[in-house]
Amino acid sequence: MTSVPGKKIKAEVKNLNFYYTSVHALKIISLDIPEKQVTAFIGPSGCGKTTYLRCFNRMHDLYHGNRYEGEIVLHPDNVNIVSAQVDPIEVRMRISMVFQKPNPFPKSIYENVAYGLRVRGTVKKGVLDEKVEQALRGAALWDETRDRLDSLAFNLSGGQQQRLCIARALATDPEIILFDEPTSALDPLATARIEELVTELKERVTIIIVTHNMQQAARVSDTTAFLYMGELIEYGPTKQIFTNPDKKQTDDYITGRFG
Amino acid sequence: MADRQVEQIRDLISRHKRWDSIFAVIGLLSMLVGILTLLALFIQLFIDGMPRFHADFFTSFPSRRAEHAGILSAWVGTVLVMLVTAFAAVPLGVASAVYLEEYARKNWLTAIIEINVTNLAGVPSIVYGLLALGLFVYTFRLGQSILSAGLTLALLILPVVIVATREAIRAVPGSIREAAYALGATKWQTVRDHVLPYSTGGILTGVIIGLSRAIGETAPIITIGALTFIAFLPHSPFTPEFPFVSFQWLLDPFTVMPIQMFNWTSRPEEAFQHNAAAAGVILLLMTLAMNGIAIYLRSRIRSRLKW
Amino acid sequence: MPFTQPEPRFAGGNDDLARSTVSMNNDQPVLSRKAVQRLRERVIETALFLAALSSVLTTFAIAGVLIYESIPFFQHVSLKEFLTDTQWTPLFDNAHYGIMPLVAGTLVTTGVALLVAIPLGTIIAVYLSEFAPHKVREMVKPFLELLGAVPTVVFGYFALIFVTPLLQKILPNLPGFNMLSAGVVMGVMIVPYVSSVSEDAMHAVPMFIREGSYAMGATRFQTSVRVVVPSAFSGIAAAYILGISRAVGETMVVAIAAGMQPNFTLNPLEPAATITSYIVQVSLGDLPHGSVGYQTIFAAGLTLMLITLGFNIGGYILKKRVREVY
Repeated sequence: MTSVPGKKIKAEVKNLNFYYTSVHALKIISLDIPEKQVTAFIGPSGCGKTTYLRCFNRMHDLYHGNRYEGEIVLHPDNVNIVSAQVDPIEVRMRISMVFQKPNPFPKSIYENVAYGLRVRGTVKKGVLDEKVEQALRGAALWDETRDRLDSLAFNLSGGQQQRLCIARALATDPEIILFDEPTSALDPLATARIEELVTELKERVTIIIVTHNMQQAARVSDTTAFLYMGELIEYGPTKQIFTNPDKKQTDDYITGRFG
Repeated sequence: MADRQVEQIRDLISRHKRWDSIFAVIGLLSMLVGILTLLALFIQLFIDGMPRFHADFFTSFPSRRAEHAGILSAWVGTVLVMLVTAFAAVPLGVASAVYLEEYARKNWLTAIIEINVTNLAGVPSIVYGLLALGLFVYTFRLGQSILSAGLTLALLILPVVIVATREAIRAVPGSIREAAYALGATKWQTVRDHVLPYSTGGILTGVIIGLSRAIGETAPIITIGALTFIAFLPHSPFTPEFPFVSFQWLLDPFTVMPIQMFNWTSRPEEAFQHNAAAAGVILLLMTLAMNGIAIYLRSRIRSRLKW
Repeated sequence: MPFTQPEPRFAGGNDDLARSTVSMNNDQPVLSRKAVQRLRERVIETALFLAALSSVLTTFAIAGVLIYESIPFFQHVSLKEFLTDTQWTPLFDNAHYGIMPLVAGTLVTTGVALLVAIPLGTIIAVYLSEFAPHKVREMVKPFLELLGAVPTVVFGYFALIFVTPLLQKILPNLPGFNMLSAGVVMGVMIVPYVSSVSEDAMHAVPMFIREGSYAMGATRFQTSVRVVVPSAFSGIAAAYILGISRAVGETMVVAIAAGMQPNFTLNPLEPAATITSYIVQVSLGDLPHGSVGYQTIFAAGLTLMLITLGFNIGGYILKKRVREVY
């Protein structure tokens, strides 16, 4: 199954192949990402889920020798974002990313959140102030930082830093936010807060999350894709994948027989 | 996304990307400044030095007549001084590095030693000359001699030798040491039989780089009092009768290549410029040759020793 | 009566040592092999330690010699005169002992050199670290290393014979000896120091920090300038301090190209002497121990060391401040 019936589609992945120089890392992946929902990519280590995620914001373009084949079509304007004709920077301005390890810039909290806005040419202080506050509120970080917006981001705890990175990603009103194992470097309390946030955020923005923690996927996502060795094995509503999967491989992974 | 918005974004991006191209050009131009300077320097030296490129240049003493002036005393002096430098710097530097890497415990004394090594690397070379003047020339009464010069330069390049040796030692994997210890070897036996032999390449590279720096040093040698007009050679290290070696040369007055070049550059007569340029070419070739050997050694070691 | 060994004198872990050190053998105590070995290890370790101590001793020797040989100077020249007199003519009959002309010369040549070296060095470092394709990097780095390997006396020659005439075409009134030529050549000479240390610092910034910026839609230039350079700041500051130290201590380029006449001016278009070139000039003559010339060069050297030390300490404090903030 490549599609979830009855949901509006944000992005259609059609026969996506990806090559690290000569290594065929992703093989013919096709699925639809529903709008304003959380889609999770799960699978054992090395199955290609992060590689797949990084296709969405053309991160692979930063390194030599990578090649995309196939399409990821963004709706509503039907642009194939992995096409060589499309500027990766343009793609990144519409699709944001939160990384595995929190990576705030060596700047103040305010400037971290404002960075994406400045890159987009917004310079007016009033506008920036408003958007920064909005983003921090959206990341449930406003109350903790409103009094110290000018202090360095490095002074925050790990969990706070990750929420700052989420605020940073939110500030530019992206259409999709990509989460690459966002809680793997965090303690359980911080993890819970981020999961809560993800569930809130899906009201406003489409979310794709990669996680090696199956329970997290089950808690947080609406649709789940199971990848193995670069191939899409199964894709469907989370409830179904976790209680009644179609494929045996999926079942084996869910029940912990491998991976 | 509305079409107009897309237009605006595309505009913005191309404006920003223009800076990428502009900066790339600025970067290339900046590098060009360095490369062109180097080229201009080489070419200027070569062209200016051409009239003096003949065998006599190497075998004549300096003279008041530019056409007859040569670098015999200078290059002999350089060779002799480098001998002393190497003999002093290598044992001292290697021993220091061995101590710091294999024996030293992490305490305040070790920290002080390490801070000092770093510090000494930043001391201006002329201050080493002053040290030598006060200490070697007068207090130790070594006089304005090859020995003083060699010791001074040895101290100057000591940080280079120490750092290079430490890196070479660190590259020897701990498993080799453990194997030796497990067979009952003492610490010194392990160092002498395993660590040092395997680090020799790296140490040699460091020593050559240090010596290539020392060859070009002028200021400290001037301060010691190397004379700039020497029309004689130091005593030969070899004597015809027993014991066949002499150390008289250590205490002789001398000159070295960079000082000869400096002396000729300072002369107002244009004819001496050619001498200066020719000496400069030779000096440069010596320095480059040594650097080249060091780089070659470094890559050969890397390819041979694959732990 | 069977022969028994005497009770070991050492208790606990050293039994081994005791028994192996002295073994009764026909009434003759014999030092065993192990003991000799242990002694030899100790001796070697001590020898190596003394070698390592040499660097500390050198530092003390430098400080000692400079201070000790400067004492006679400061006994007959007051500190006030030293620091405020605007003339440095110690070898004349009507001698003046103001260090300011030499300090001015040092500062001006260093200033010109830094104006060249810091922009060029930083731009080259950013370019090589963030922009240059691998091949360009491989080709250019050896040239930069070469630039740093050329002896300074050769650079001095180049400044006098090539750069000064070149500059005279633009500035016809430029004297044959001037601080501008010397400063510019010094600057180019220092570029490799600044660029390689800065580049190492930038290279060390982890990729995931850069990815955070790119993921926001930033261009390469924006990422380099707004994220990489600030992240590498303490390393870049160290590179600048290194450049300053190098420029302040440089001798031959200024000795050859700037003339060796002390001149209290801030105008780089004039000839002048620096602290270092003064020392060279005096050393070219006779320096009997205790003569005026002899004393003055140590006073000058002491001043030089203090200035260098000042910059190094300033740099250290700056780095600590930056690290604390992080």
